[in-house]
Amino acid sequence: MGFYLRMRRAMVALSTLSALVVAWFVLTTVTGLISSGRFPDPFATWAAMRQLVSPGYAGSTLVVHVVHSLTLVLGGFMLASTLGVSLGLLMGWSRKAEAFINPIFLLLRPIPPLAWIPLAILWLGLGDAAKIMVIVIAAFVPNVINTSTGVRTIEKTVFEASQMLGTPRWRFVGEVLIPASLPAIFTGLRLSLQAAWTTLVAAELVGALAGIGLVLNVAQQDIYPAMILSAMFVVGVLGWLMTLLLGFVERRALAWRTA
Amino acid sequence: MIMEHRISLRETLAYGAIGLAVFFTVWSALVLSGVVPHTFLPLPTEIIGRFITLLTHTFAGATLPQHLLASLGRYLEGFLLAAAVGVPLGLLMGWFRWLDDILSPIFDGLRFIAPIAWVPFAALWFGTGFGGPIMIIFAGAFPPCLINAHRGARFVSPSLIEAASMLGTGHLRMIYEVLLPASLPSIVAGLRVSAGLGWQSLVGAELIVAANGIGYMMVQGQANVQTSTVMAGMMSIGLVGFGMDRLLRLAELTIGRRLGQPT
Repeated sequence: MGFYLRMRRAMVALSTLSALVVAWFVLTTVTGLISSGRFPDPFATWAAMRQLVSPGYAGSTLVVHVVHSLTLVLGGFMLASTLGVSLGLLMGWSRKAEAFINPIFLLLRPIPPLAWIPLAILWLGLGDAAKIMVIVIAAFVPNVINTSTGVRTIEKTVFEASQMLGTPRWRFVGEVLIPASLPAIFTGLRLSLQAAWTTLVAAELVGALAGIGLVLNVAQQDIYPAMILSAMFVVGVLGWLMTLLLGFVERRALAWRTA
Repeated sequence: MIMEHRISLRETLAYGAIGLAVFFTVWSALVLSGVVPHTFLPLPTEIIGRFITLLTHTFAGATLPQHLLASLGRYLEGFLLAAAVGVPLGLLMGWFRWLDDILSPIFDGLRFIAPIAWVPFAALWFGTGFGGPIMIIFAGAFPPCLINAHRGARFVSPSLIEAASMLGTGHLRMIYEVLLPASLPSIVAGLRVSAGLGWQSLVGAELIVAANGIGYMMVQGQANVQTSTVMAGMMSIGLVGFGMDRLLRLAELTIGRRLGQPT
């Protein structure tokens, strides 16, 4: 995309978003067409946001909620990715392992991660362990699928070459198998991260002791639209930041591709 | 040997059977030996037994088929609404550049908000009975409908568009008679993704709001510490989700073959 086109798109995006904010202001504060009981006006939202930052809402301040949610989602995501990528490598590498595991996988896969929430609460309660469990379940599957597909799409000549050169198995895994399937692994990681975040928000909405989902839940019970909007905003920004971070890691890890 | 060679179908089936046998044996052994408390993890057979019982016996106000029917009703409305809005809008955005420029930033911003985060507003605006859950399903199912229709329309071969515009085709006919058929494979693929996401959002919505449906049944099972009910619910959700996915996969293949596009 050329410079002019990029500028044009950025300008249009900026004006669209500004128009949206103006429309929001006009519809709520100025004309009152949308009642404040249904959707908050910009000032109320700003006030709720400030209240959330300090003194806090739903038991703690924004920082505490955010740190709580992020720790869970990143911890669960890393655990799931380590397990999922390893299993995916194994399944991609060994047809026997794949044949062995696949039926179990097919049995469990149609159950959406969110459907595990009641079971997780039953087993582990409302605390962090239950959240980790559902996040791991949500983030595990995309990792396995994409990693094993990635291994399968490696060209045969690569294997033959490393075999001919007598590469030891451990070096083969570290220097051929993983790097060659890295693009597919990252596709899996991106999908997993998204699934992990959605699942955590849902799990916290169902029941939690802290976290951004709890803020949403309490705001819903208090019928406090400005706080609902603020919490949604935080959910969106955090999701965006995590995607950004993963994109950054991906560019670093795959730098050899463009070079 | 660095890479394993392909194995025969017989071997695949044999390994699969062993895998499943190990899975269910370990599960049963855990329960029967008392390592895992029985209330936490019922035997596989008990879950199927519970499933059969729930087919005719009422739990949480309805039988399992009634709960499923309530869920499917919500689901179909939310999903159809998402398809009915998302696909035409995606095609329009693929055809009119200015519409794309205006709407894309909005959707890009909304993309990062998890569908389930709409639950409080959905409950506030449309109540917890029918409208609220439908909005959550819509929020989950809408993006793939829009994105795939948009992408499909964008990648329609320029020669088709040039040929059509040379013949003096207007905007509407161009969208309806050129873009829509040409991007159908992409659209159906998007519908399949959104069917899955919508189904998952429905379950989430019913766990939080709603007073009937399969998700509600599971929450009630959880509250009553009936693990077998919860797991029978998971089983039904999996079965329905699997069935829908197969159906749409079939549609995807049929349409792909008929239009002769290599996928």
